[in-house]
Amino acid sequence: MNYMPGTASLIEDIDKKHLVLLRDGRTLIGFLRSIDQFANLVLHQTVERIHVGKKYGDIPRGIFVVRGENVVLLGEIDLEKESDTPLQQVSIEEILEEQRVEQQTRLEAEKLKVQALKDRDDEATAFS
Amino acid sequence: MLFYSFFKSLVGKDVVVELKNDLSCHTGKRRVDMDSCCRIAICGTLHSVDQYLNIKLTDISVTDPEKYPHMLSVKNCFIRGSVVRYVQLPADEVDTQLLQDAARKEALQQKQ
Repeated sequence: MNYMPGTASLIEDIDKKHLVLLRDGRTLIGFLRSIDQFANLVLHQTVERIHVGKKYGDIPRGIFVVRGENVVLLGEIDLEKESDTPLQQVSIEEILEEQRVEQQTRLEAEKLKVQALKDRDDEATAFS
Repeated sequence: MLFYSFFKSLVGKDVVVELKNDLSCHTGKRRVDMDSCCRIAICGTLHSVDQYLNIKLTDISVTDPEKYPHMLSVKNCFIRGSVVRYVQLPADEVDTQLLQDAARKEALQQKQ
């Protein structure tokens, strides 16, 4: 029953399992228990899911109160679809390690890019 | 209120919502890396919209980059209005004349 037909309300999503994407890139999965007009959320039995490549790891977080401004999107998890993902779940230590390695390679690639740009700039100024 | 009414007239149509380039992606002193930023475009059917232009889509699919494996088990989603950059609409669904007239009327009303 929609209290205001046509409006994007989160009321029907209460007590369902949701995936919340935050602005800082984090993914939280939990049962939506409470909402308000700012899209502030209360999530129950929350798990922070970290994805690296085809693997993922879940860190249990308990109850989360999320300030609405940090929410990018809220997706209802289809429990049937959840059981047939091609992704592989690994332990927390393993996924944190994979994440650290990924950040490392990204940092190094970034460094190389900055260096290449600097070199190009030096070349350009050398001719002026 | 104009665009709220405009979107209400598009409920049931297929749209693509492109989200903003995340301002605080991977927080820290690290510069934002464009390739890995949380920039997503989501295709789906417009289910509902509200006064904040929050959007609810059904039957979603993430258009490229499919670097978002999290969304595999999600069929419906709620997108906060503040993170939307673009909403791509099918051209034949939009009556631009009507929209222009409505915008003019709204502008006149606002002046008074």
